[in-house]
Amino acid sequence: MIEAEDVHFTYPNGVEALRGVSLKISDGEFVAIMGQNGAGKTTLVKHFNGLLKPTRGRVLVDEVDTRNVSVATLARKVGFVFQNPDHQLFSENVEDEISFALKNFGFDEETIRKRVDWALNLLDLTQYRKSSPFMLSGGERKRVALASVLAWDPKILILDEPTIGQDSYQKERLRQFIIQLNRQGKTVIIVTHDIEFVAECEPRVILMANGKVIADGEAREILTDPDLVEESSLVLPEITQVFVRLNDFGFPRKVLGVYEAKRLILDRFRGGFKR
Amino acid sequence: MRVVGCSNTLAIIETRKLAYTYPLAEKPAFVGVNLKVERGEFILLTGPSGCGKTTLCRCFNGLIPHFYGGKLEGELIVAGLKTSEHPIHEIAQHVGLVFQNPANQLFALTVEKDVAFGLENLGLPRDEIRRRVDWALKVTGIYDLRDKAPFELSGGQQQRVAIASVLAMQPEIIVLDEPTSFLDPLSARNILEVIHHLNREIGITVILVEHRLDLAARYANRVIVMKDGKIVLDGEPRRVFLDERVRLSGVGIPKVVKLYLTLIKDGLDLGKVPLSPEETSKLVMEALKLDRG
Amino acid sequence: MSLFDGLRFRNVSSTIHKFDPRAKFIYVCTLFVMAVLFNQLIPLLILFFSQIPLVILAKVKKEWLRLIRGSIFFATLIFVMNVLSLYFYGGHRSLASIIEYSSAMTFRFIVLVESFSIFFLTTSPDMLGLSLEQMGVPYEFCFAFTTAIRFVPVLAEEAQTIIDAQRARGLEFERGSFIKKTRNYVPILIPLIVNAIRRSLELAEAMESRAWGAVKKRTNLYTLKMSKRDYAFISISIFMLAVSICVRLFVPIPNLIQA
Repeated sequence: MIEAEDVHFTYPNGVEALRGVSLKISDGEFVAIMGQNGAGKTTLVKHFNGLLKPTRGRVLVDEVDTRNVSVATLARKVGFVFQNPDHQLFSENVEDEISFALKNFGFDEETIRKRVDWALNLLDLTQYRKSSPFMLSGGERKRVALASVLAWDPKILILDEPTIGQDSYQKERLRQFIIQLNRQGKTVIIVTHDIEFVAECEPRVILMANGKVIADGEAREILTDPDLVEESSLVLPEITQVFVRLNDFGFPRKVLGVYEAKRLILDRFRGGFKR
Repeated sequence: MRVVGCSNTLAIIETRKLAYTYPLAEKPAFVGVNLKVERGEFILLTGPSGCGKTTLCRCFNGLIPHFYGGKLEGELIVAGLKTSEHPIHEIAQHVGLVFQNPANQLFALTVEKDVAFGLENLGLPRDEIRRRVDWALKVTGIYDLRDKAPFELSGGQQQRVAIASVLAMQPEIIVLDEPTSFLDPLSARNILEVIHHLNREIGITVILVEHRLDLAARYANRVIVMKDGKIVLDGEPRRVFLDERVRLSGVGIPKVVKLYLTLIKDGLDLGKVPLSPEETSKLVMEALKLDRG
Repeated sequence: MSLFDGLRFRNVSSTIHKFDPRAKFIYVCTLFVMAVLFNQLIPLLILFFSQIPLVILAKVKKEWLRLIRGSIFFATLIFVMNVLSLYFYGGHRSLASIIEYSSAMTFRFIVLVESFSIFFLTTSPDMLGLSLEQMGVPYEFCFAFTTAIRFVPVLAEEAQTIIDAQRARGLEFERGSFIKKTRNYVPILIPLIVNAIRRSLELAEAMESRAWGAVKKRTNLYTLKMSKRDYAFISISIFMLAVSICVRLFVPIPNLIQA
């Protein structure tokens, strides 16, 4: 479980990135932290694995104050996949890349081998085992980065802007993969401003603006609220935009998906007003 | 300010059986590209990752073959110039290219100097540079930012600077390679509006490579879909989105188009394939005969 | 780090900022010669204090103080080393003269740092690049210079991100033997270098796309023109230099500390 208690954080250059954030994320939850670039999302999640420590307030991971333990200890439980895989890839081949963290955490040879095989298989990378990570395409490098984090099986997984630069097929695969991980009991936290992606997953949404949490609840409630969306400099999901305009004619506003939209329109078309 | 062209024919870009293979690559990046782009068009070029669209973009301003080497076959004529026979700096005066990552295409220490960069390279007189820089800054809405350093700007602002620097050279064509990749949805929307304005008001031919069709489709008069190095679809957006092959190619059509299609299957025809939520709600209101109070 | 703070450009508008970089450069050169000209404490003290009005005019008091604080380490080092070497190898010198000489050397260092600092604090890298260009340095070098400066904050941020990313995979910098600690830098350096190379390629593409190399003689949005004020500044600097030379040759300078 992750708890943030009135967390304030100011960068050394004086920028106040977090101004009193309090929240609780329980085990097994699927959460999307959203907001404009600069709202404090990445700053916040960097507190969850101890990369940053609060300048005021505290963060507890499984009831342990992050200021009392090293990043390596927290990283064992909290896996963090950075936005740009090129910020972490350095090994001669994919196999070494994936075993890097496992070696750091002190796993034995046998376990490392098994875990590497498992991670390669999971992310469809077995054919690239001996390839240099630098020779792979952008999408493949992203999968290598993800595999190298999943390899040590952290119970909490944080993904920073996982959908940037991905085409719709890749995004769909990612979506299903994340949902599968969550079903297996992992806590999944994604930091993103990709509204459509979040609208399709419907996780718990924590909305941030100017270093504060301005909303925390169901995706359906938050993403369809025009005021909240405007305050956080996002846009409404595509389908919601259609229904916001139809709101005056008795249609509900909180519509996210294509099929529920179809049902609502057809019901009206066939049978008149259905309240 | 209307951009003055140099070619008499209507087609500003013309390719015939264009194919390209990167140096040391086993198979070509794309083959058999036959394309005719007319002046003033707004083309949306899309397709799954690795389909060849980015490579094709780099052919339009001569980076391929001059910068990348490799094997370019077939014919490509841009603004009357055969790209294989003219240096990049000559073609660049007719075709501007805006790249995906805003930060890595800004070199100078102030916005103003960056916008002036291309013009300085061309050796234009100072007052002409001044005039064009101010014009480009105003058109892209960043005149107030002219003294700022690139590092101080947001991603959306940086992309505007990149567009302004290309615009200042007054090319007839602007090619943009996934310019909204790193931007949040609001900034993405704003940038697309700027590009739309360039096309509509100033008459610049636009080729936009994009995944986010939900945001971009409404501006285009033509959609080209590529897959595995070939063009599979080329036509008016509404017609292309109706084509079954679009979904097979792995391209994400806008949700409003999916809504249109699924409504038709159940017997309700909205009459026109919508390209934006605004259009969709209007069509729904008409189809359901809702009172426009 | 505070030593380097004193060398970073501070973006305010002041009288000194408005001077042409070439005039300021001549000032730095004359000051350099004057500082080296004298061995005695009194003239070096004069040089030190005479720059303070410039510091105030340039509105960079805070950075200048930070610089002085930052240079205390080196200043002390110079002082101590001079004292020690004079004591043991300087022949028969009184303690007073040893201290006087060592102080003079220390102040020479501070005076030089001071003048460089005033130059860099009041000259934007842009202006610097421009003045290099106008002095005849080939454009490629000026461009490399300003572009490098433009990317310093980007690289710094990227280095920090890479360190964070590797720490998040269990990499610990504090632990381990000396060899292990050195090896720990590989996962930081490789991504940094690879990204720098990738970035250079992207920059090269962008440069080509903006007609790099179209014309042999580039023009420029701005030019630096020396104004009357600049010439006055240069004249004063040279005049001071001339005066210093005369003093050095003909005027005996008393010691500050009497035996």
